[in-house]
Amino acid sequence: MPEERIVGQPMLRKEGVAKVCGRAQYIDDLTLPDMLHGATVRSSIARGRILGIEFGEGVPWDEFVIVTATDIPGENEIALINHDWPCLAAEFVNHPEEPIVLLAHRDRHLLRKAVAAVRVRYEEWPAVFTIEESERGDPVVWGEDNVFKSFLMEKGDMDAVRATADLIVEGEYVTGAQEHLYIENNGAIAAYSAEEGLTVWGSLQCPFYVHKSLVKMTGLAEEKVRIVQVETGGAFGGKEDYPSMIDAHAALLAMKSGKPVKIVYDRAEDMAATTKRHPSRVRHRTAVTRDGKLLGAEVEIALDGGAYSTLSSTVLSRATIHAGGPYYWPNFRVRSKAYATNCPPHGAFRGFGAPQSLFAIERHMDHVAEALGLAPDELRRRNFLKTGLATTTGQVIKENIDLDALMGRALKESDYHAKRERFARQNASPGMKKKGIGLAAFLHGSGFTGSGERYLNSLAAMDVTVEGTARVLVSSTEFGQGTNTILCQIAAEALGIDYEAVEMGPPDTSVVPNTGPTVASRTSMVVGKLVHSAALGLKQTLLASGLLQNGYKTGDFVTAARTYVAQHGALRAESRYEAPPGVHWDDQQYRGEAYAAYAWAIYVAEVTVDLATCGVEVDDFVAVQEVGKVLNPVLARGQIEGGVAQGIGWALYEKVVWNRGRMQNNQMTNYIIPTTQDIPPIRVFFEELPFGHGAYGAKGIGELPMDGPAPAILNAIAHATGKQFDSVPLLPEDIFRQIAVREPEREVVTL
Amino acid sequence: MTLRQYSLRVNGKLHQVETHAMARLLDVLRSDLRLTGTKEGCGEGECGACSVLLNGELVNSCLVPVAQADGAEIETVEGLGADERLHVVQRAFLECGGAQCGMCTPGMLVASAHLLRKNPQPDLAAIREGLNGNLCRCTGYMRIFEAVERAVSGAPVSSASGEGG
Repeated sequence: MPEERIVGQPMLRKEGVAKVCGRAQYIDDLTLPDMLHGATVRSSIARGRILGIEFGEGVPWDEFVIVTATDIPGENEIALINHDWPCLAAEFVNHPEEPIVLLAHRDRHLLRKAVAAVRVRYEEWPAVFTIEESERGDPVVWGEDNVFKSFLMEKGDMDAVRATADLIVEGEYVTGAQEHLYIENNGAIAAYSAEEGLTVWGSLQCPFYVHKSLVKMTGLAEEKVRIVQVETGGAFGGKEDYPSMIDAHAALLAMKSGKPVKIVYDRAEDMAATTKRHPSRVRHRTAVTRDGKLLGAEVEIALDGGAYSTLSSTVLSRATIHAGGPYYWPNFRVRSKAYATNCPPHGAFRGFGAPQSLFAIERHMDHVAEALGLAPDELRRRNFLKTGLATTTGQVIKENIDLDALMGRALKESDYHAKRERFARQNASPGMKKKGIGLAAFLHGSGFTGSGERYLNSLAAMDVTVEGTARVLVSSTEFGQGTNTILCQIAAEALGIDYEAVEMGPPDTSVVPNTGPTVASRTSMVVGKLVHSAALGLKQTLLASGLLQNGYKTGDFVTAARTYVAQHGALRAESRYEAPPGVHWDDQQYRGEAYAAYAWAIYVAEVTVDLATCGVEVDDFVAVQEVGKVLNPVLARGQIEGGVAQGIGWALYEKVVWNRGRMQNNQMTNYIIPTTQDIPPIRVFFEELPFGHGAYGAKGIGELPMDGPAPAILNAIAHATGKQFDSVPLLPEDIFRQIAVREPEREVVTL
Repeated sequence: MTLRQYSLRVNGKLHQVETHAMARLLDVLRSDLRLTGTKEGCGEGECGACSVLLNGELVNSCLVPVAQADGAEIETVEGLGADERLHVVQRAFLECGGAQCGMCTPGMLVASAHLLRKNPQPDLAAIREGLNGNLCRCTGYMRIFEAVERAVSGAPVSSASGEGG
């Protein structure tokens, strides 16, 4: 195979110069002539019936555009999977901050005053705010039983194995909500005219999700709705589902007023009203032999989905499939449920259910190891999945993955064994600073789960401009993770031309085909492969036309492409998704090839716990992973390091404080994410086993690093303190409560 | 609301704006002067996306009323450099992957340039401290630290604004 020139190289970010010059245009940087500003009146209660809406005194209401649910021309629905999420509450509200009334005005300051002057009267109803309250069904707030979705996934015979086990180890693991905290808040601008139809420019991940939702909500023809993604300042899943909401709101105000309308949330509104990571509770019962062979497990997963079902069923699906971690289980049973609560809907967030499941299994593996008197790495080594073994869905691993070697590298790079022994010795002597080292082993399925990619049926295209520049036409969007760069690298490599001679087409639904959503770590692997095929098609057409001869240089390609367009009017090639051979999935039984490929990783965290302050510092972090071919080493490192930082935040800092379904700390002042001084050196290592069905061997990478940090850090804290902590976020006060128990001679203030 | 004239020298160019005394410097830059490179992340001085230099000092422009900036020298990301004349930190961020989504980038660059003026040879601890008022959610900061280190080892950074890279 010839050496690759562009793929695998640290090509500079396509939109990088615009970003470092401050020239990149985000939604709040754009202004249209005669534009109004929009704002949202939201529910102040968690659940109830709307009795009336009053517009208070002191506001010139006749100057305002006012929209309520009765103004919605089509369905009052944000279209995702089910049909329960209203665009505007009409008669009932089901969570605090639910949108009820929209206002638009030229003057932003007056708008703020007007929002405060709208009074909604309610008949307040009882509500549920936790998984436990929801599963008791007291009261039932959604459907018949508060359950959005449930799965039962079984392998082997779990009931039979329990009798043969030497030991049963049980555990319960809890994770909290997490705010995406992209630095750019959600925002959109909409413009409408009867002739042109509706155009929405927005900060978003999935242009065709928004398109589908707005067609349904407006009742307009598909070709009369156009969605354009503008430069997007971070997303992490938080701009997968919610943009359909804010874009719909801007659209309604624009359609009613006939003027362009911009809605950009401020930080407090974005944090209080938009989606977060699903809180979870996972219970494990593991049957194991005395010598550390896993015989089987029973796992119960419960997710808090918030007030509407949104994406909860698919988040639960990924949580269910990842429940067993990277281990071979002869017998396995998962019962999983996503519950309704009267909080704003929880949604997509990097990892999509897998971080919750993997936190549980990776803390649990340390408990099992301790119960058996085995070292954590040894128990894992004895049970790793290997090529030829079947996962919990019965998928036989075909990749040539060697987790033992991967772990060996992580242990060596982190000096794990020597440190584990040394820290244990040092911790036994007096002193308030205790050190610990912990590891986590995990996997992450690339692309949509099960038959998802088949249903998406994605289409990518390439064309050339009249100047002869090759363009990548996809609905996959850039929001920091590197889509533009990676896809241009793939196209340039396949076309045999310079990286600079390829550009991205506009992320505009009226221009690009539907390549599916920009989610699920699918862009490099799945969309990249489609771009690769489309590029080869483009090249073949030019070679077959006689305008281009083999051995060409970039200049020859551009000339030939320009000539072709001049002669034929256009040059375009398309490629549609085809499942790799041997990928089968049974949606009913949850058996088969859950993912076309997996990324694999071993992370090691080293911590210091200060028993005086109960503060935890992460001193060192080693991240070893196998993600297939690394397409761009700088961007790939950036993905891993950024994911690890988010994982550290989820583990140690980021606590959403709830009060009757409303986030209380919806400010950057009191919702704490890691700063430059909280992050350890993150040392990133890649093993590369090219995957035959991904672009140049790529697999998914973006979500993987969110999975490992929390369990690795809590395993390290257990090593440092000798105390077991099984929930995140783990704040100093949580540690204090347990540490305090150990020293009864001290006077302890109960928190 | 009483409107008043304020004069600011932004990236070396003198501007007169008519606005009220408590207008945020951030809004004056973004709305009145159409310098949208400076971003708003939180509006309460936590994230640093709106960092600019006011008479050479690093400030959160969301917390500065324009009255306080009257007659001042302001430097924003647009003043650091552009395209063929990138500032050494802009070039380093580009090459090291210091910019991902790009929203914290303008503030992070201004803070980095400020750090290098105060301390031309910062070690890693000084870089961490110098940038601790700027939050990034994408990078985990490693690429940013590397970028500043590369800028340190590269061309010297002068104290004047708008120098090339």
